[in-house]
Amino acid sequence: MTTSTIHDIGYRRYEGRRLGRAYVLRSLFVHNLRAAFGLGRPARSKVMPFLLGLIVLVPALADVGAVSITHRPELLIHYSAYPIQVQVIVAIFLAAQAPVLASRDLRHHTVPLYFSRPVGHLDYVLAKVAAMVTALFALMAVPVTVLYAGGLIAKVPHRADHLGHYLGALVGCALFAVVLAAIGTVVAAFTPRRGFGVAAVIAVYLLPTVFVRLVQAIAEERTDFTLEAWMGLFAPFNLVDIVQVRLLGAPQTATGIPPGVTGGLVALAVCAALAGGSVAVLYARFRKAGLS
Amino acid sequence: MPIIATQGLTMRFPRVTALDDLTVTVPEGVVGLVGANGAGKSTLIKILLGLLPPTSGRAEVLGLDIAREGMRIRERVGFMPEYECLPPDMSATEFVVHMARMCGLPPSAARERAADTLRHVGLYEERYRPIGGYSTGMRQRVKLAQALVHDPSLVFLDEPTNGLDPAGRDEMLALIRRIGADFGISVLVTSHLLGELERVCDHIVVVDGGRLLRSQAVDAYTTASGALTVEVEEGRDVLGRHLHDRGVQVHPEGRHLVVQVAGEDTYDLIRDGVADLELRLVRLEQRRHRIEEVFTEQQAPPPGVLPGPPGGPR
Repeated sequence: MTTSTIHDIGYRRYEGRRLGRAYVLRSLFVHNLRAAFGLGRPARSKVMPFLLGLIVLVPALADVGAVSITHRPELLIHYSAYPIQVQVIVAIFLAAQAPVLASRDLRHHTVPLYFSRPVGHLDYVLAKVAAMVTALFALMAVPVTVLYAGGLIAKVPHRADHLGHYLGALVGCALFAVVLAAIGTVVAAFTPRRGFGVAAVIAVYLLPTVFVRLVQAIAEERTDFTLEAWMGLFAPFNLVDIVQVRLLGAPQTATGIPPGVTGGLVALAVCAALAGGSVAVLYARFRKAGLS
Repeated sequence: MPIIATQGLTMRFPRVTALDDLTVTVPEGVVGLVGANGAGKSTLIKILLGLLPPTSGRAEVLGLDIAREGMRIRERVGFMPEYECLPPDMSATEFVVHMARMCGLPPSAARERAADTLRHVGLYEERYRPIGGYSTGMRQRVKLAQALVHDPSLVFLDEPTNGLDPAGRDEMLALIRRIGADFGISVLVTSHLLGELERVCDHIVVVDGGRLLRSQAVDAYTTASGALTVEVEEGRDVLGRHLHDRGVQVHPEGRHLVVQVAGEDTYDLIRDGVADLELRLVRLEQRRHRIEEVFTEQQAPPPGVLPGPPGGPR
């Protein structure tokens, strides 16, 4: 017989295992992380995240090349400065992908399908935010790692110091990722319409950044360095740099860095408040959407 | 054991009362929840899923309390919303696998169940294409598949025939019947169309304005009529007069006669009448009450009537 037939074997009950909350949370996290890079989606969803992922690597690769050719270790970009120097690319990635995670389920009314299952509201939100944080962390940590590895290969001096700076910068990357994800997902969750989310996230990143720089410039002109320093709290990248400089011992990159450990702690508290506030707002937002 | 039992369930929103002191017990099987749009059907489902706390009253689903055991209810039920709820850029397979994992099914089981379920609802090769390109009928099938993929004990289907053409409607109704009869999964299906639920349900609950109008086995609705439809090829009026003369309550309706059954001998009178008058009998049929009559009846029965006997196979 060369032909085959499909036999309807009828409905079979599922008697197998049903895994608990940890498994569901992990599955949800992986699902969202894949979505952040367009995996499991049509090819055009992959273009933007992977293109940005490549672009963000270019300065690091070029820098490592320059260091190894010229043998001038001082040319190596500070690990902690890298995310700030490529902040526009990171912000575009956030604007492009935060709506994928935070708006899509709302736009397509998929949220109730999760909450009619054994998925908790908080778990759902945490998985989304954690996935966005992880994606952003990867985006920044990979080029920083390229810098570090390149430095090792080029045999830059003071290896031990470099390792310390590198690890400090990774903590910084994580903090950048948390702050940006917190802002981006909340903004995207309130702009479910296609395209609006992207514009809104960019606006929320760009406007404070520009405004803060403006005020800082005026303050500097008037030699009011206290104001200049504390204004740094209100721009996302500057905010995290305060923590990097004051608590992680990194050299200064952003303009306004308030003095002492106090400045660092205040900045860290702001970061924590942003993260906590974001989860709380998202929780309320998705809980409501689950009932619509 | 009843699959759903509510007691004095009331849900007030700032401007409307969605449910008003609803007390109803629903047996296993395929159960229709009928009511006009805005009668509180969707609100009831959300409350029964344990997602929306009612203003007052209590309810149990599968013997689990909605207020305290919502999570356990949601492990054991499936839900198909009435609105569009599918991401257009995922394939049906991927989406249903994901939804299976959200119910705790391990990866390989999730894939296997998703493939099985999609086949059962009638999606084959197209299941690998993004949902965005699907017809309404196919989308409804995906929505149904995601509600069934984790093998629930009970599914809530909210207006599953909405937006379907007549053929799609028939297929969906046949599927619902299969879920109840072959899959052994209890179904609570809502619709604002009584006629279609009558065809697939064992038991029907009618709500209006958040109040219970009636809860009864379908058999009870449809056999209580006690009337026969008699159709003869020619001589409808002759037969009508013949029966009337013998004290049978009869009146014409369209091309046939409607005869009230007074007792066993009514059947004999019709048979003999047709034979004596040498008419050709086309149809002699138990006239079934249409559930629609619940709405047109002058006086609705008092709310809270006991559910009728569970419907047998029809």
